[in-house]
Amino acid sequence: MSSLFGARVQRVEDDRFVRGHGAYLDDLGEGALAAAFVRSPLAHARITDIDVSGALDVDGLVAIYTYEDLPERLAQPLPLLIPHPSLTHGRTPYPLANGEVNHVGEAVVMIVARDRYLAEDAADRIDVSYDPLPPVVGLDAARQADHLVHPDVPGNLAANEVQEHGDAAAAIRAAPHVLELDLDIERSASTPLEGRGVLAVWEAQAGRLRMWTSTQTSTGVRAAVAAKLDLALADVDVITPDVGGGFGVKIVHPWPEEVLVPWAARLLGQPVKFTEDRREHFIASAHERAQHHHVTVGFDDEGRLLGMSVRFWHDNGAYVPYGLIVPIVTSTQMLGPYKPGAFRVEFDSLYTNTVIVTPYRGAGRPHAAFVMERTMDAIAAELGLDRTVVRERNFIQPREMPYDQGLIFQDGRPLVYDSGDYPALLAQLKEMISWDEFPAYQAAAAAEGRTVGIGLACYVEGTGVGPYEGGHVVVETSGKVKVATGLTTQGQGHQTVLAQIVADELGVALEDVEVVTGDTRRFGYAVGTFASRTAVMSGSAVALAARKAREKALRVAAGALEVSPDDLVIADGIVQVKGDPDSGIALGTVAVLSNPLRYAFDDAAKAATQFAGGGDLDKPPVAEGEEPGIEGRAFFSPARSTFAAGMHAVIVETDPETAEVTILRYCVVHDCGRLINPRIVEGQIHGGVAQGVGGALYERMAYDENGQLLNASFMDFLMPYVSEVPRRIEIDHLETPSPLNPLGIKGAGEAGVIPGAAVLAAAIEDAEGFTIRSMPISPSDLFELRLTHRSADSGGRPPGPPADIQEAQS
Amino acid sequence: MTGINDELHEVSLTVNGAARTARVPARRLLSDCIRHDLGLTGTHVGCEHGVCGACTILLDGVPVRSCLLLAVGADGAEITTVEGLADPDGTLSAVQQAFTECHGLQCGFCTPGFLTTITAGLRVVPDPTEDEALEMVGGNLCRCTGYQNIVASVHRAAAIQRAREVGAG
Amino acid sequence: MSLWLKMISVTVFAAYRRRYGSNGMKPPPLGYSRPESVAEALQVLADLGPDGKVLAGGQSLIPLLSMRLAGSMHLVDINRLAELSYVRVAENQVRVGALTRHAELLASASAAEAQPLLARALRCVAHPAIRNRGTTVGSIVHADPAAEMPAVLALLGGTVRVASAGGERQVPASEFFLGPLESAVQYGELATEVAFPALPPDAGTGFAEISRRRGDYAVCGVAALARLGKDGQIASAQAAYLSVGPSPLVIELTQAVTGASDQQAARAAAEQARAQVDPEGDIHATAGYRRHVAGVLTQRALSQALAEARQRQLTGMTTG
Repeated sequence: MSSLFGARVQRVEDDRFVRGHGAYLDDLGEGALAAAFVRSPLAHARITDIDVSGALDVDGLVAIYTYEDLPERLAQPLPLLIPHPSLTHGRTPYPLANGEVNHVGEAVVMIVARDRYLAEDAADRIDVSYDPLPPVVGLDAARQADHLVHPDVPGNLAANEVQEHGDAAAAIRAAPHVLELDLDIERSASTPLEGRGVLAVWEAQAGRLRMWTSTQTSTGVRAAVAAKLDLALADVDVITPDVGGGFGVKIVHPWPEEVLVPWAARLLGQPVKFTEDRREHFIASAHERAQHHHVTVGFDDEGRLLGMSVRFWHDNGAYVPYGLIVPIVTSTQMLGPYKPGAFRVEFDSLYTNTVIVTPYRGAGRPHAAFVMERTMDAIAAELGLDRTVVRERNFIQPREMPYDQGLIFQDGRPLVYDSGDYPALLAQLKEMISWDEFPAYQAAAAAEGRTVGIGLACYVEGTGVGPYEGGHVVVETSGKVKVATGLTTQGQGHQTVLAQIVADELGVALEDVEVVTGDTRRFGYAVGTFASRTAVMSGSAVALAARKAREKALRVAAGALEVSPDDLVIADGIVQVKGDPDSGIALGTVAVLSNPLRYAFDDAAKAATQFAGGGDLDKPPVAEGEEPGIEGRAFFSPARSTFAAGMHAVIVETDPETAEVTILRYCVVHDCGRLINPRIVEGQIHGGVAQGVGGALYERMAYDENGQLLNASFMDFLMPYVSEVPRRIEIDHLETPSPLNPLGIKGAGEAGVIPGAAVLAAAIEDAEGFTIRSMPISPSDLFELRLTHRSADSGGRPPGPPADIQEAQS
Repeated sequence: MTGINDELHEVSLTVNGAARTARVPARRLLSDCIRHDLGLTGTHVGCEHGVCGACTILLDGVPVRSCLLLAVGADGAEITTVEGLADPDGTLSAVQQAFTECHGLQCGFCTPGFLTTITAGLRVVPDPTEDEALEMVGGNLCRCTGYQNIVASVHRAAAIQRAREVGAG
Repeated sequence: MSLWLKMISVTVFAAYRRRYGSNGMKPPPLGYSRPESVAEALQVLADLGPDGKVLAGGQSLIPLLSMRLAGSMHLVDINRLAELSYVRVAENQVRVGALTRHAELLASASAAEAQPLLARALRCVAHPAIRNRGTTVGSIVHADPAAEMPAVLALLGGTVRVASAGGERQVPASEFFLGPLESAVQYGELATEVAFPALPPDAGTGFAEISRRRGDYAVCGVAALARLGKDGQIASAQAAYLSVGPSPLVIELTQAVTGASDQQAARAAAEQARAQVDPEGDIHATAGYRRHVAGVLTQRALSQALAEARQRQLTGMTTG
């Protein structure tokens, strides 16, 4: 039987999805009452009155709740999930607004009715009166602080944080060359096709709550809801249904709806369901990606980074329930595959009267890559060096691994790269895209009147972040293997990938392994799915759990066959003596044997009786320290994250007249250690690249100065169709196994998106001959930049480095 | 007080070959009727403004957005949803099969809309060129796959279809 | 959503929401009638007055209803009126009934032959699933300045037949588009047919648009019409523009192009377009970009039109 690890097996979960038998949140709870919300239409206001009288006689109305109706635990601000010492002024929302609203979309009133249509009828008739307050929109307004989002947060400053190693200021002062750059990224969002949703059922007799929520963390929601509703953890089940995409937005918990819906279900004694609609997802979930950065970098004649100092400002929206993860990740992942002599990064995280900001695939790394990679290109341009040469000169070398960057990562632990081969990645990428041949291609295109450019961008990604994940493996008497892990799935193929691992470890067929994720009834200790951690964390945990189960199976079988466990192997679900295939016992039978008081009421038990000998009558049937059954339970908790890496290269063509950008080639080389299922990894990269392209060329949240989101729909928020993504995404793998987990794997979930803005900015810059420092860029933006940069009579690229790089000597 | 004008209308549809009826208010969207009144939750709702295509069904054989139709407006029509694509004996259709072979889905939420759309598309263009395949899937959003394997699934579905026809003929 | 719809919607929406403070994606309670004949439809519409709204394809109307932007109303569903589903090519016209779907008109070979601009423009309307249900007449009555078919009608100078219980009138394109989302169709009236003039043998059409994503409303779009004299010289040219104003803008290009070579004509037309259009900026594009692109697309659309005209003239000569 060949190994499943590394095999491109088809996904086991697909059959139900293609038949339309998926069970997503809104597919459940037929007959449940429907919740809807009245949400603030203003970005910043005091609530002066809520008049519900007009709604009271709407047919099918069941209940209306405002802040005044909330019990003490719910009348508190929602938890601040990840407190950080630098987060001196953390503010979180109330489940229903308490006298004040701080962004368009904030929940003010909850309505429960017979169905959603009727609930919205009621919502329509509720009259909320507001006293508008001046809204703070955008980083400039937040910094200027003419107005405050929260009256007790001076300067709108939630946090200020500095990380450094060495003396960057001194290194820059002493450097032969210094550059300064300003770099901007605008807001986008995860926007999965399925929005959020919650279904709660209160079992009054048992005093237990069962809820389903479209989440990335079942255990997180359970803990939060139990606390808010004053229930024991054991009295709350949280089940993750099939989830139609997460990409980060569904890791936030508890959403107001996640505590209000179960509370209402308990109060009303009836199941209650909330399904978010698309407009709500735009104004009441979360966004990400807006940061402004100022870079000062000192380098030598070879382009080596002597000192780098980055100051940036992060727009965290109206509240910070998820803490500072995004700017912290930006700070620490900015170093990428490089080793600057000295490094300092400082950020301010600022409040604005807009939707909250929490991680979206990449979670601060896209910003980091944008900053570092644009800086590398600027250095190359300044010195007249090839952009790959500058990078090569700054790489951490394989022999220097593990490499301590001298900073603290988002998991609170030292930022130490465990493994990686950046020079090899770059060589592979250059070969793939024919980097050295490009100047000739560019010249030939120019002769035809075509404008083309090439760019590259590198990144390093800390994956498999802790604290832990666990796995449970059970061999049933039927021979089927049931696996459970507590984190969740949103399309990453966990049911297949984790089954591959277990099937390999145990020696059974893939079809005989069934995996359940995200159900607190099946596995109650977990963290969640985010930060490209499932393969590393749950993969390792189920592997370890399977090994325990295997060990137990061999022990039991050895006893029955009267051999040593070392003489046994498991293949195709049969435990057999090495070299004697006829000697075997089916694993299911071993499971029967492991449970000594079993009655022979089924065939499996009957078959086992032939092996149930007399045994030693002086010893207990279940030996001391043993348990009945073939099960394994294990946890994986690494000391550090493991670092994946990748590099993208892109060739673009820009239309000289319309400034439209076409991607001619998109190449990816990436290293996520050993691949469990290359097909699934490639799928993850495809999706990430599409989001990177979307974020670079199409997607931004357009807020006006009043804090109104002008494009709160798919009509005007430009998520790419097939026509907007590259026709082909070329992918090459490199595997530098991780020394930090038993399987040698690294995370891959976010790889595709991280360098998207950086690589496209680089390629467009190369095509146009002027700097691109702000993303996303639309044809209109590019057109306006052309006007700004080009003189009237120069039709092509001006020679030499881009015109507007400031050279500052200090 | 009843909602003004919320009177119920009888709607008769043929859904996946079976005669179905529902009594719904005029404002009931066809997507909600299919999902909640008829219990066929395979058709998904992603935006309710006609852009994402997750709700696409076949109305008299032709792909339409069920979120942009009122249930009453579909009275008398023949509807095919994703649940009706497989053969009566449960064999996956060529398009469904292709998606599983080509890893054409990840979270699966947009998938039903693609499956119905491509099923109809291949009836009109059974052997699509690259451009025709792109046109076929050009109106549906997917956030997970980056579309690469969806386009591959179109070509694979066409090939499976051809092979089945040859096998059957 | 087009610029103008957004302007209206933000204003209406903001005022509405400030008072009522809710958001929704399900329609409010609706009245509904489904007449079986045109006569019945007209009577129902007459009875309903301002509360009545025609439902044909619904691809523009239903999102408005779902977002509760249009208020409560009584829908008059005309989808049973099979007599309004037709494409008739006769007497130098392509006549399209109110129930004809975009897809049906796009697929009509006789329509494409008689007036090639229809297919050119229809290909750019949204996506196939929308075209399968949306109607061309409905799109024209909806009068979105970012839509393709109103501009086509304005350019070709067609007419809209508007019926009511009291009779019928023909409204020329030049009087049909009153403002963003506002057409000459009044309460109680039903547009039953649109007539597009067929393309004369010595004329040609072109269509070019730029949208942010394939199938989106145009950032800017141009439909062009060119006519050649018997001597092969350019005799006249006009262009109509999407997304540059509150209704389709038609520009008379003849003076700029008569007697010029095709290349010169295209450039001159582009220049005139840039001078004459007065677009607004929005989140998708600046006014300057729209103006610039109006010029570029005029050049492209007019070149197409001249090429088509020359082709048709050639064909006409050999067969005529």
